[in-house]
Amino acid sequence: MPDMSALFLARLQFAFTVGFHIVFPAFSIGLAAFLAVLEGLWLKTEKPVYLDLFKYWLRVFSVVFAMGVVSGLVMSYEFGTNWSQFSQKAGPILGPMLAYEVMTAFFLEAGFLGVMMFGLNRVGKRLHFAATCMVSLGTLISMSWILASNSWMQTPRGYKIDAATGRFLPADWWAIVFNPSFPFRLVHMALACFLCVAFIVGGVGAWHLLKARRQQRKPTEAVKVMFSMAMWMAAIVAPLQILAGDAHGLNTLKYQPAKIAAMEGDWESESRAPELLFGIPDMKNETTHYKVGIPLLGSLILTHSIDGKVPGLKDYPKDQRAPSPIVFFSFRIMIAFGVLMAGTGLYSLFLRWRGKLYSNALLHRLALVLTPAGFIALLCGWVTTEVGRQPFTIYGLLRTVDSVSPVTLPNMAASMTAFVIVYFIVFTAGVGILIRDFSKEPSSHEPEPPRDEPHRAAGITQVSHHPAE
Amino acid sequence: MSTAAYWLPIVWAALAAVAIFIYVCLDGFDLGIGILFLGEPRKEHRDVMVNTIAPVWDGNETWMIFGGATLYGVFPVAYGTILPALYLPIIMMLLALILRGVAFEFRVKASGIFGMKFWDVSFCLGSLVAAMMQGIILGGLIEGVKIENNAFVGSAWDWLSPFPLFCGLAVAVGYALLGATWLVWRTETDLKSVMQRLSIPLGLAMLALIAIASLWTPYLHATYMHRWTHWPEILWVAPVPVAVLALAAVFFVSLRRPETRVTPFLCALGWFFLCFSGLGINIWPYIVPPTVTIWSASSPPESQIFLLVGAVILLPIISAYTIYSYWVFRGTVTADQHYH
Repeated sequence: MPDMSALFLARLQFAFTVGFHIVFPAFSIGLAAFLAVLEGLWLKTEKPVYLDLFKYWLRVFSVVFAMGVVSGLVMSYEFGTNWSQFSQKAGPILGPMLAYEVMTAFFLEAGFLGVMMFGLNRVGKRLHFAATCMVSLGTLISMSWILASNSWMQTPRGYKIDAATGRFLPADWWAIVFNPSFPFRLVHMALACFLCVAFIVGGVGAWHLLKARRQQRKPTEAVKVMFSMAMWMAAIVAPLQILAGDAHGLNTLKYQPAKIAAMEGDWESESRAPELLFGIPDMKNETTHYKVGIPLLGSLILTHSIDGKVPGLKDYPKDQRAPSPIVFFSFRIMIAFGVLMAGTGLYSLFLRWRGKLYSNALLHRLALVLTPAGFIALLCGWVTTEVGRQPFTIYGLLRTVDSVSPVTLPNMAASMTAFVIVYFIVFTAGVGILIRDFSKEPSSHEPEPPRDEPHRAAGITQVSHHPAE
Repeated sequence: MSTAAYWLPIVWAALAAVAIFIYVCLDGFDLGIGILFLGEPRKEHRDVMVNTIAPVWDGNETWMIFGGATLYGVFPVAYGTILPALYLPIIMMLLALILRGVAFEFRVKASGIFGMKFWDVSFCLGSLVAAMMQGIILGGLIEGVKIENNAFVGSAWDWLSPFPLFCGLAVAVGYALLGATWLVWRTETDLKSVMQRLSIPLGLAMLALIAIASLWTPYLHATYMHRWTHWPEILWVAPVPVAVLALAAVFFVSLRRPETRVTPFLCALGWFFLCFSGLGINIWPYIVPPTVTIWSASSPPESQIFLLVGAVILLPIISAYTIYSYWVFRGTVTADQHYH
């Protein structure tokens, strides 16, 4: 049990707020891309079902995006409130990247969001589609910058340390942004976002398919289309994600071997290592209890050779070891859900081939149960990579204990309590709204946005927005 | 000090000042509408009030994130000292902005204990608390932050003194004025005339608060006093009070005309601009008064140039599409529009 120091609370608070936050951008990234695809299909095929689905998921997007924005605002200031020493030392490198994220992504999203939400009847279809694409592009650019920043903290490159102040100064921006773990992390995260949304959409589709079956009626076209699209994504992206995750793992082994040792609960460096399915790592006694492992698999997975040598925690001084009990389990939960998602995707392919995609209740129940699977895997993956970086904030260079702000324990505790209360209210209300939205089927008569500006291109400057009717 | 190391912080200080001013103007009327929100008894009116800002509030708040990111990237010492020093008001501001931000979506969608009433109240209180905290942060900064070796060494409650609290009140009143005059511009009939009537006492209160602030600030520090009492520095500051009064004349005359539209809002923005300039003149060249200047707070030239290149290219583009999105939703808003 860690002592309740200001440092511990600063970490807990940051983990809590960023863990809460990360869910919503991931949701927005996947959903914005999905919306752009739906609207594109609608423009191309002119089938109303795509517009119905677009409007259905747009309502979801508005809730998710708002929650992402407000929880993200907290993050941009929390680096300073909780990690002021870190901010001062790494600010010259991470600050500009964050500012670039705001300039290239946040403004783009926010600027076109209003048009995307409310502007369909004001700007015309093509311009509206352009706005949707801009929002989606914004979410992707944003992800790239934040992952470049995070990757730099994991595998720092292109910096020099100022002797007088201990600050990290930029020497080569290209090397800073394209640091060794960035490409792997970016791909892994992007696929994760798409998987999150694939399983949300698939779960909602499955829910309505099951409902239709219970009510002994045919599922609507819209429900079938969204379930089918979601299962295509699951079948393609989930296996790709396993490959991407494997590549990311190899990258981590090369640049952060201590993290791998903690993830695997390995204490001795060895070749022909087993892969542990279960175990309870014990940091104090430097061992892992109750091990259940598959021989040779550890070396095979990590080095792609059964003779490969994998690192052990004892290779590293005690004060440089990440807490293995946390990352050991978070890593395994992530893998388990990843395999489940890939299995679901492949099963859906098989059923599709047999013509039973919309009638197989087992698949629908599985998809319903796995609705949050993407998010669980994402959060576990994030815990693995962030806790696995400990005890450093900038890997190998700046310790977490040297990064914290001089904020006292009572203040940190007070703000922590307030954050928990407010986030609990916001989360409960938001999820409640989403579940209620999901419980409704996308109707084929989605309410039209207001037609409040009939003379759009007439060059009138002060049009009263009276409805046309 | 090399030329770049001298000029870059000046350029960035100006850019940051512009960004903060844009934020204050844009989110000012958003928060102002929130502050006035519960004063308006009719639900249709409240819906219209929200609808005038629903398509743009998110972009408006992005300027605040930009401010934070700029501070982090260009003036890391300021970022790393202001935030711990004003920890509690900043956290309260962020929490208030969360509740107010999600209320846009939640008030029309939620049900149960956290239903519309709950979110209407959070929209209003969130806006009020956020505005007051912004004022307190500003006041705390002007009053000065205790710093040794680039770290905050004061108490967590330093901001709890008369001047910051006064600034909290002043900013809330100022935002309410921006909100009221925005609604005079963007709405019609009953709601417009209610806001037009309300703008008069708000305008008077704003003038009184500006007067008190102008008299009070010079007494906080000798350098501030020097600017206001010595030739030729006084040349910089003397036009400010004159311009405030000139705007007041335009403001009150325009409010007497029933058909007035955008003029009161522009006057209110003008007041904000003048106060903001006055403030800049006072604290220059410090970014964390009374010890940290923009030069001692800044990151190395490499960081500032890297960011400046992007800012010079991107900020005009951002401005263009932001103006476009305001243009799409131009005109007055009536109760018939349903943005949800």
